[in-house]
Amino acid sequence: MTSEVRNKIIVTLIFLILISIPFGMKKYEEFTSDHFDANMEMAIDRYGFFLEDVTESAGVNFIHRRVTVDDKLSHILPQISSVGASVSVVDFNNDGLPDFYLTNSEFGELNALYKNMGDGTFVDVAAEMGIADLNIPGQGASMGSVWGDFNNSGYEDLFLYRWGRPELFRNESGEGFTRVTEEAGFPDYVNANTALWLDYNGNGYLDLFIGGYYHEDVNLFELASTQMMPDSYEYATNGGLNYLFENQGDGTFVDVSERVGLQETRRWTLAAAAADINDSGFPDIILANDYGVDEIFINRNGESFFNTGQEAGLGFVPKSGMSVSIGDVMNQNSFAIYITNISEAGVLMQGNNLWVPARQISEEIPRFRNLAGNMGVEIGEWGYAGRFIDLNNSGNLDLYVANGYVSAEPDTDYWYDYARVVGGNRAVIIDANNWPAMNNRTFSGYQTNKIWLNDGAGRFREVARSVGGDLNLDSRSVAYADFFGTGSLDLIVANQHQPAKIYRNHPKPKHNWIGFQLQGTKSNRSAIGATVILHRGDSITRAFVSGGDAFSSQSQRAVHFGLGDRTDVDKVEIRWPSGTVQFVDGLELNQYHKITEASE
Amino acid sequence: MGNFQLTDSFKNFKVPPGLIGPLLITAVVVAAHLSFGILDGWKKFAVALGVAVITESVLHKIVTGKWRNLSSAYISGNSAGILVRSPMIWPFALCAAISIASKYVFRFRDTHIWNPTNFGIVVMLIIASDSMAVLSIQWGSNMWAMLVIWLVGFLVISKVKLFHICAVYMVSFFAFAWVRSVYSGGLFLAEVAPITGPMYQLFVLFMITDPKTTVSTKNGRMIVAFLIALVEMFFRLGEAVYAPFYALFIVGPIALIIDKLWQERQANVAVNSET
Repeated sequence: MTSEVRNKIIVTLIFLILISIPFGMKKYEEFTSDHFDANMEMAIDRYGFFLEDVTESAGVNFIHRRVTVDDKLSHILPQISSVGASVSVVDFNNDGLPDFYLTNSEFGELNALYKNMGDGTFVDVAAEMGIADLNIPGQGASMGSVWGDFNNSGYEDLFLYRWGRPELFRNESGEGFTRVTEEAGFPDYVNANTALWLDYNGNGYLDLFIGGYYHEDVNLFELASTQMMPDSYEYATNGGLNYLFENQGDGTFVDVSERVGLQETRRWTLAAAAADINDSGFPDIILANDYGVDEIFINRNGESFFNTGQEAGLGFVPKSGMSVSIGDVMNQNSFAIYITNISEAGVLMQGNNLWVPARQISEEIPRFRNLAGNMGVEIGEWGYAGRFIDLNNSGNLDLYVANGYVSAEPDTDYWYDYARVVGGNRAVIIDANNWPAMNNRTFSGYQTNKIWLNDGAGRFREVARSVGGDLNLDSRSVAYADFFGTGSLDLIVANQHQPAKIYRNHPKPKHNWIGFQLQGTKSNRSAIGATVILHRGDSITRAFVSGGDAFSSQSQRAVHFGLGDRTDVDKVEIRWPSGTVQFVDGLELNQYHKITEASE
Repeated sequence: MGNFQLTDSFKNFKVPPGLIGPLLITAVVVAAHLSFGILDGWKKFAVALGVAVITESVLHKIVTGKWRNLSSAYISGNSAGILVRSPMIWPFALCAAISIASKYVFRFRDTHIWNPTNFGIVVMLIIASDSMAVLSIQWGSNMWAMLVIWLVGFLVISKVKLFHICAVYMVSFFAFAWVRSVYSGGLFLAEVAPITGPMYQLFVLFMITDPKTTVSTKNGRMIVAFLIALVEMFFRLGEAVYAPFYALFIVGPIALIIDKLWQERQANVAVNSET
């Protein structure tokens, strides 16, 4: 054999090894995976929980219908009206049982408030409470809702955001709702796809953040111009304004958005969450923006916000931000941020982001590193709500990620046409007339939601198929609550143009947990924004009371910690929005503790 | 006197032809990233670049026993670093390595027959499509930025006398876009939209004009450019998102082999007629 032939063989072998690498990686993954078809006993034994679809037996028969917009957009209606299925959890009548509210969108279709009857069933009481018929031509189509006690009355009030006029409903002692929108002073028209309650200035009254998606001048139902699509797929600058309404404490709100620095950009905000991520004592706002970079607005002493997305590390690579969830995923007493994006094999691989705290840039500005790839939670599909939740009470936050865009005619695909137009210049992409007709084609549809189980050692494992949660509807919004009083977190999933699903969680009985129902006194009564820090042995972990997060979702108000095999907790520290810090110890496990903010 | 000499030598300064490609692609990458952050990150880009250079060095050393000029690997590494879109790092490295390795494996008459990055991208789309995609969106929404890149690119390509390839391809693309719109009943603007994106800038300025994988005559190069656009049309009718890469992947090597055989035949005819 000549040296030339030998060298040729060596080079060819190297080439063959190179092209076999992806195949080898897939085979290794298959070899190491231990998936099995849904089986309650095996799932509880191996993963510590099982999700049972109890939608029918719970009496939940809600079907979302997408809204019909102006005829000029009818050729791409499924993607324009691809949102609006949302769920928010509330105990609206203070009976101690979590209820939930589902939004519909099509005009004439009703929203639903499912009252928890305490026996595993729910009854829709939205009509009798006066908050059902809210999808009305000329007024708006529901996109989502958040609950908060804006008047500190002791009952949770409803804020409904729409493509149209936002609405505020005051809770009348759990017996009905009164519309108080005019007094509140909200704008006449916003194309909102996210909102959240927060007390941004710590004055004891809940303020309201609203995120705009389409430009507020675009009336989607009476379109003046078809030039209303994003002006770039990754650098869009023509989205809706974001708003912050400051609660005056007398039932009115004042628009302070511009003054506090929240209207410097016009990104297409799809999701928002607020938590004190730099321990300043004030809630910061994290935004997931479609067609652009995500943003972190740091709260400066309750007076203003500044955008530090780039300095913090997460505002540089533009993606399609769809959801924001905040949680102490590493149990290191600091918050990580999970933002879903879009991944479609071979066409668009953005990957989801798990932003884990790194070194601080300064006392004010946190710094994050994207560890989604390292931890195995990067490749979803067309993501919507991505939510931290401890499904097996192990003490480690898992992830539930909703996937799927438009499931229409099977075995058809709109991606080619989509890729053509979104790759085009501003002059092309901005005009809806240039977008090819969908013709009932599927677009990243029939995708399965993911359940990533946290092993507590820095890796997640996808287990949806084995634990009964492999839903393949066009899921949008996901919320959790202990609906059945079992000490585990059950799930409700709102699906676009499809039925909502409710899952009862069967956790490993040996796993302990502890929960806290907080009530503010100096702080807002809902205690939204309060941080609870749990000291357990050598580990310290934290959670917070959220006023709305993920994608168009709000989960139970009570803070829930799984404890695994641990049989006690050392102490609990509560940092209230008012600045009060309260310590509690000697707490019993496996129950929710009602804690009222100390007056001193 | 000193100033005169400096001006004189500046006027006489010419960029060596071998450096034009590397300089152009470096300018495009730096300008586009600083303006719009087009890269997934410098780390991934550096990995693609580093792996391309290392693979070239190692394989060339194995095959010839010598070290070689790395400008070609530099361009391939840049192209892979820009074109590959993946949240993971390994597809960048693998694409760069496969691109370079292809040059040493698939050869005809002692020359490689595929544009390395075109080969790497297409193979990666076949073997690792669940882990990567290809750049297919805009660098910002500024029309001027796009026009400047095209203009500078064409000026540089003209310098190396290959502009005719770009011109024929682009005219053909627009013509076939019209044919597609008539055939499918779709909008002409939607058909031409992709060529306004950066994927096509890289494809036109760096891939189809790669001197090593283009045919020897000017007429031949223009025919090949037309054929690439023609084959691309069929891939587009089949709704292949990355149609131009597939078209070049098929047309490029066939054209090159035919060209080599044709050259040999002509040489033989010349020798025979002399004897």
